[in-house]
Amino acid sequence: MAEITPIRTAAEVALVERFEDLKDKLPGSGEIARGRDEAFALIAAAGLPNRRVEEWKYTDLRSAVREAAPLAERPADAAALVDKGRAFAKVDAVRLSFANGHLVAERSDLAALPAGVTVTPLAAALAEGHPLLAEMGKVAVAKGNFALALNSAFMMDGALIKVAAGTAVDKALHLRFVNGGASPFATAPRIVILVEDGASVTVHESHEGVGTAAYQANSVVEIVAGNGTTITHARLNAEQADAIALSTLAVTLGAEAKLTSLGAVTGGSLSRHQVFLAFAGEHSSLTLGGATMLRGRQHADTTLVVDHAVPHCDSRELFKTVIDGEATGVFQGKIIVRPDAQKTDGRMMSAALLLSETATMNNKPELEIFADDVQCAHGATCGELDDDLLFYLTARGLPRAVAEALLVQAFLGEALELVEDEAVREELVARAEGWLGERT
Amino acid sequence: MPAVQETVERVKAIDVEQYKYGFETTIEMDKAPKGLNEDIVRLISSKKGEPEWMTEWRLEAFRRWQTMREPKWARVNYPPIDYQELYYYAAPKKNPAPKSLDEVDPEILKTYEKLGIPLREQEILAGVEGAGSRVAVDAVFDSVSVVTTFKEELKKAGVIFCSISEAIREYPELVRKYLGSVVPVSDNFFATLNSAVFTDGSFVYIPEGVRCPMELSTYFRINERNTGQFERTLIIADKGSYVSYLEGCTAPARDENQLHAAVVELIALDDAEIKYSTVQNWYPGDAEGKGGVYNFVTKRGDCRGANSKISWTQVETGSAITWKYPSCILRGDNSRGEFYSIAISNGYQQVDSGTKMIHLGKNTTSRIISKGIAAGRSENTYRGLVSAHRKASGARNFTNCDSLLIGDKCGAHTVPYIESKNASAVFEHEATTSKISDDQMFYCLQRGLDEEEAVALIVNGFVKDVLQQLPMEFAVEAQKLISISLEGSVG
Repeated sequence: MAEITPIRTAAEVALVERFEDLKDKLPGSGEIARGRDEAFALIAAAGLPNRRVEEWKYTDLRSAVREAAPLAERPADAAALVDKGRAFAKVDAVRLSFANGHLVAERSDLAALPAGVTVTPLAAALAEGHPLLAEMGKVAVAKGNFALALNSAFMMDGALIKVAAGTAVDKALHLRFVNGGASPFATAPRIVILVEDGASVTVHESHEGVGTAAYQANSVVEIVAGNGTTITHARLNAEQADAIALSTLAVTLGAEAKLTSLGAVTGGSLSRHQVFLAFAGEHSSLTLGGATMLRGRQHADTTLVVDHAVPHCDSRELFKTVIDGEATGVFQGKIIVRPDAQKTDGRMMSAALLLSETATMNNKPELEIFADDVQCAHGATCGELDDDLLFYLTARGLPRAVAEALLVQAFLGEALELVEDEAVREELVARAEGWLGERT
Repeated sequence: MPAVQETVERVKAIDVEQYKYGFETTIEMDKAPKGLNEDIVRLISSKKGEPEWMTEWRLEAFRRWQTMREPKWARVNYPPIDYQELYYYAAPKKNPAPKSLDEVDPEILKTYEKLGIPLREQEILAGVEGAGSRVAVDAVFDSVSVVTTFKEELKKAGVIFCSISEAIREYPELVRKYLGSVVPVSDNFFATLNSAVFTDGSFVYIPEGVRCPMELSTYFRINERNTGQFERTLIIADKGSYVSYLEGCTAPARDENQLHAAVVELIALDDAEIKYSTVQNWYPGDAEGKGGVYNFVTKRGDCRGANSKISWTQVETGSAITWKYPSCILRGDNSRGEFYSIAISNGYQQVDSGTKMIHLGKNTTSRIISKGIAAGRSENTYRGLVSAHRKASGARNFTNCDSLLIGDKCGAHTVPYIESKNASAVFEHEATTSKISDDQMFYCLQRGLDEEEAVALIVNGFVKDVLQQLPMEFAVEAQKLISISLEGSVG
């Protein structure tokens, strides 16, 4: 029987060349360099993910990525670039700023960190072989993932953040990623957050595009949470309209821990946010949310894998997608319940609202269950705005556009309410309103 | 509660290794040599007395098949199949074309009796309940149709119900027009294999405006050691017609795995309705998961005309591996597709089943109710696609897939794909997985049922929605099968 030999695309060939050129210049040696080689070997062997690869069925990178952009150097005007960022400006937080993936010390509150929080720039940590690096790549279900492997091969900067045991960090940490340049570039920042037993912390992540050139971002945030920890996380993707933005959140959750994470997406021509979460201790709970607003020819993919490896954990997922124009929304959510994870309670909901005739939504909510004493459910809906509701509002004198906006806002609101931090929630709601205001 | 008690007793009495239908009938077989090549394909074609175009059709499929690879995406594991180690043709040696049951080899009739196939029973039943509930049986014993009952009466109504080989000879224009039009020759690995080597199956044509006077039924049996059975079923419901088709299967126990790769094509023209019901109980393998039938089936219905309807109902309890996705292409405006499924896996069975509802026409509706029950060390996966194309405005789908887990060594998985390219298409999908709740058990126990009765009662209730969709003739048998399939897992 005929074997199919994959033909390498120009981007795939270029990717291999770029890695060969760069690998000796990237920070870290010995073990770290070997890690990079291993990660890249995966990519070199499989090429860019395409629709024949089940996990990437709806997001075909092989056809979307025409060329592999060179890895971004630290911009000369890094501080000025970061200053163009607007996201979460009103939010009271300790900031770590990244220009094209490089930590910008002069725009980061490294000297004014809250008690119990330590930050090590990743480039330095890689060079010196920092012990916290051992916390990387702990989530089993994320192993072999293309975006994660690509980041592991190319990671050039970022931060190692440690929250000491028992610390309740009173100020939020804001990871501010600002991307911009005159010619195409790629980024590969990596953040590792170790939250020790009993600590609690709030992390906000913003990704913005402020330049002219299309770029390829690929950020990875890893959270290793100990027992009894509480973590709130919010993420905003306001990437440039022509950017390809891959992002990964990989979390290991200890016992009696609690994590809430919400991702809002408005930017990027093609974006994919992946969440890999592994429960490592009992009696933990997880809430994941998403609010995605798409128009034009945007393509946004949200992919989750929640791994219930231990008993007595709860997970709740609520994802809302609003699609206008010729945009495409993708939701892939998988809940895995391992053989011993009895008493698991998992509920996943994905709802999509199609605002135009040419919008597309692809939903794939999956359950993979190997334990019997569990409660798992998923729901998925997609459709247009309810005529009855629209009629009700227009009958009361609201113009159709206003009525539609009101309904969309209510639709998204359910997910945005998951954000606990008031200032962040307000900004996300305002961005949703702004997005609706731009609808023609 | 006699029915429940019976269920529980059967479940207790029969262990996985004692498959109820595990026996083999010894009848001389007329066999083609092992393996598959163009000569075998030609041999099959000539044995069937097929015209030249059919032989060419098969050969083309065979050539295509050689370039294809076996699909690996399903959540099933099995040792590699050596397609050259199989026999592709086996026909029982017998007096040619028996006209009535009396002429049939008594061995075969005995087999049916052991299976409890109500061939004669139904004739009696028919007398009691009137013509409306009659069942015509086209019994398939290994690969050749042996008995066709009620043929004359069907002929009066203008209904054609015969074996596919006969149809190829006698109604070539119909076969040529529709065969492969729903499941193309190159559709998938197993369908292509089937296209090359299918040996028998049923052909049904319901003429315009005719409501088929009885339920049509085929019992499939696999008998001879090492023969894969490749059935081909083609059902055409012309404008405004209606037909209900029943398919039921059992197989004897054996050591070596058997491959079964059937293809079923349904075509419903304007205002026509096809109801296709399956009860599948092939040998699931022994207590260690050894043996058992590999069931790789391609079933697809095409709602070609406006206001047409195709409804699939299946009760899947057997086979070591089930790979089966009865689908509906909703091409005609206002057409409707339905899929009702009970998939039960026990022992080491692996089920990967579901449906596809492809909405192409306007105001098309579909409904999917899938109940999966996993027990023992089995794996039970629902895999389904619901898609609306750009022009499918007003499409509507409701999907409900529930899984029930019995025991902590089994797995239940749900993999739905929901693709909407039309804003006015409304899709709803819900899936739940759970075990029998303590509250339900407590309620039943408190009312004096013992644990096993309670479980049987709850499981019956769990699948009720689907059982109700089965025709009367099948509902009783299906209920029994469900209880047998859950052997040893209850309690």
